Amino acid sequence: MTVMAQRETTSVLPPTGIGPKTAGIEIRNVNLSYGTNHVLKNVSLSIKPGEFFAFLGPSGCGKTTLLRLIAGFNQADTGEVLLGNEDIARLPPWKRDVGMVFQSYALWPHMTVARNVAFGLEERKVPRAVIAEKVKAALGLVGLENLAGRYPSQLSGGQQQRVAVARTIAVEPKVLLLDEPLSNLDAKMRVQVRRELRDLQRRLGLTTVFVTHDQEEANSICDRIAVMNDGTIQQVGTPMELYERPASLFVANFLGTANILDGAVSGSGDARVFEVAGGGSVEVPAVAVIPAGAKLVFRPQHVRLKAPGEAGLSGQILNREFLGANVRYGVRLGVSEVLVEAAFESAAGLRAIGDTVSMAIAPERAAFLAH
Amino acid sequence: MSIALDTPRAATRQRLATPGQIVLASAIALFLALFLVVPVVTVVYVAFTEKGSGAFTLINFADFARTDLFITSFWNSMYVSLMTVALASVFALPLAYLTTRFEFRGAGVIQALGFVPLIMPPFAGAIAMQLLFGRNGSINLLLDDAFGFKIPFMEGLNGVIFTQAVHFFPFILINLSTSLRNIDRSMEEAAQNLGSQGFRLFRRIVFPLAMPGYIAGASLVFVKVFDDLATPLLLNVKDMLAPQAYLRITSIGIADPMGYVISVVLIVVSVAAIGLSAWTMRGRDYATVQRGGGGLAQRKLKPWESAIAYGVVVLILVLVLAPHVGLFLLSIATVWSFSELPDGYTFAHYARVFVESGVFIKNTLLYASLAGLIDVVLGVAIAYLVLRTRLPGRQWLDWTASAALAIPGVVLGIGYLRTFYGVKLPDGTSLASFWIIIVLALAIRRLPYALRSCYAALQQVAPALEEAAESLGATKYRTVRRIVVPLMMGGILAGFVTSFATAAVELSATLMLVQNTSDAPLAYGLYVFMQSPAGRGPGAALGIIAVLLVAVCTLLSNWVIERNQSKRSGK
Repeated sequence: MTVMAQRETTSVLPPTGIGPKTAGIEIRNVNLSYGTNHVLKNVSLSIKPGEFFAFLGPSGCGKTTLLRLIAGFNQADTGEVLLGNEDIARLPPWKRDVGMVFQSYALWPHMTVARNVAFGLEERKVPRAVIAEKVKAALGLVGLENLAGRYPSQLSGGQQQRVAVARTIAVEPKVLLLDEPLSNLDAKMRVQVRRELRDLQRRLGLTTVFVTHDQEEANSICDRIAVMNDGTIQQVGTPMELYERPASLFVANFLGTANILDGAVSGSGDARVFEVAGGGSVEVPAVAVIPAGAKLVFRPQHVRLKAPGEAGLSGQILNREFLGANVRYGVRLGVSEVLVEAAFESAAGLRAIGDTVSMAIAPERAAFLAH
Repeated sequence: MSIALDTPRAATRQRLATPGQIVLASAIALFLALFLVVPVVTVVYVAFTEKGSGAFTLINFADFARTDLFITSFWNSMYVSLMTVALASVFALPLAYLTTRFEFRGAGVIQALGFVPLIMPPFAGAIAMQLLFGRNGSINLLLDDAFGFKIPFMEGLNGVIFTQAVHFFPFILINLSTSLRNIDRSMEEAAQNLGSQGFRLFRRIVFPLAMPGYIAGASLVFVKVFDDLATPLLLNVKDMLAPQAYLRITSIGIADPMGYVISVVLIVVSVAAIGLSAWTMRGRDYATVQRGGGGLAQRKLKPWESAIAYGVVVLILVLVLAPHVGLFLLSIATVWSFSELPDGYTFAHYARVFVESGVFIKNTLLYASLAGLIDVVLGVAIAYLVLRTRLPGRQWLDWTASAALAIPGVVLGIGYLRTFYGVKLPDGTSLASFWIIIVLALAIRRLPYALRSCYAALQQVAPALEEAAESLGATKYRTVRRIVVPLMMGGILAGFVTSFATAAVELSATLMLVQNTSDAPLAYGLYVFMQSPAGRGPGAALGIIAVLLVAVCTLLSNWVIERNQSKRSGK
């Protein structure tokens, strides 16, 4: 797992030659339907100026629809979209000053790289000399000055992606929208390009919204993430907050691996325990707020295997996966399987399939979620 | 053991072709050489040699350049072809743009109707056009009554341009529509996102991206019109190149060099036009519908826009379908002359046609089916050899077969006459007057189109499907028969229909090759009927029969193809 792959970068940067007048985005009570299909359900969201923000969710969750709504390609049925202090919900795409990089890059095949990048500036009637300067600066930012005369078909996927970014930032938009920008790249390029995007965003200080279904991408480069499902925003927070304190079973499941156990709370005050369906119980911290019908949620690395016979949840090992630094056991507990992750020390110390073990869950790392 | 297994495998890997493939390729090469290369080379050879001695000379070309009639004809052909492209574009552009880029009710019907002119012989339409748009045709009579003036739609070259544009504009419509449909919506959205909209967006993004389709269609129209023989002849326009070549050969004789010189000029211009369009389009094969793209964006029209759009579409459709209506009226008219509509109606022409012209219909069905069959057999074989084998020189089969595209029908006809005239059949008659020769000319002319269909079909068959059959024990031949051909069936049928439908109404080459009326196809009979005013009624009836014949066959095969496809996709 590279859930914690956030790379902190700070550097003294040279002037970019591109100076966007960045702004925050405020989305208020937006609803959008296609016929009977309610795609966005009362979505509200606030993105701060200069923030690198992600819409993360499975396909069909409405994340791309929401992005296209900001760009002006979708119209909300109700609600407001504010850019800075300006309501842009009724403006057509070409009046919005919102830069979008398309998933397919959408580079025009009949124009050279330089002509592609110059396009938006030409539409804005910028003087020729300034256009030349800005095209050079934008291509310089993505490291492609020497390919200005090429046609898109002569570029690699990674180069095309950079041209698409350069084309968008050349017009100095107030915000940058990235629609699954890494999905058409191979795995190795993906890691490299996402770092470049992160560095570029830092240099420009440009509010950026990044749509992805890949939690690793979102975790590694974004300041904050909105996890979406079924047209609603499930939770907004930093990658670490979402991982440590998921607000719903969906978020817990979607970000990383989680064990989810049914059961019921018994006792009261300081003596509350969570009786796990299928046997055993877990202490509940005094401060924990437990909604009715809550399930016990915890990460595989927050369970410890103890010697057989010690107190804890007792189960039998069903399977074992060797992951390198870690070993992951599947342990049967009643009718469910609990995943347990332990650091790998030596082959001799491994538990065997069929062994009966005792598990200790760290109560302070567990969450109680009803839905 | 492992050595014994490895050796034969290594041997097959190194062998470039099996004996079967070599035999097949040689047979195709021989066919193309006999019926395409030799006749064309003969024509070129005659043009460049001195009559009698056979010595190389340019004197024939000097004669061509010195003769005012030929120079006028050359420029007339140029002018007519370019103006036809322009007028055809005026018909095709709005239809293509409106039906592909907007939410347009009836777009499918409009596209289908736009295809209809292609299935009528253009020269059959020409007579109907005279009656509707001629000096004393319906429209001008109405104009004269109402406003006191007439428009010379059909005077001289105008008539050729108008008739050809109405007939050939579907080529531009089809190609342009495909291009427009292939422009991914993200292409436009990216431009909007960067501040572009409206006409600027169209001019800078949509139009350049659709350009390859437009050029492909326009160059095809140019070449077709430049090479066409029957339409100008029927409209009594003789000072164009193809009619001149025909008249020289038929009136002066097969030995007159001018027919050959004109043929060379026709070939050069056709090749140049095709080459020029290929050169303009090089590196511009924009397939912009891409992974992660959004598909096609169709804009909604505002009510007033919608009204204008439908007005334009209806006007164009009425114009391009007028010949069909006119031809139908003519076929059931007692007398139609100097009046808006016929004086009376009768089915006598159909009765006469059925009695007298049964042989034309029978010949057409026979020739067109045989030509179509030859085309798909050659098409499948060439496609297979090029795409699936490593036979050296296999590309040459494709190039040679495709070169037929640039050979005008009249040139092929002249070439066949010259080449096969001296070849005697066992019964003492000339091979050039044997009806099979007409079939071969039709097949060669249509081969490039059928070949493209077969290529497309074979490219969609994954090689793994063949490998699976071979690993289960099927030989190459059995694999082709049981796996490849069934999977290509849709494309093969499409190729057959294209060949059949266009061969059924072709006249340029046939006009030269028909020696005996009993061997003549329908198009030839139609042409003969249309020569005399009294024959117009029966001629029109024959034209309507031709249109119906082609239409029914096309619909039938479409139905077969669709049934085939829906069966395979399991719906």
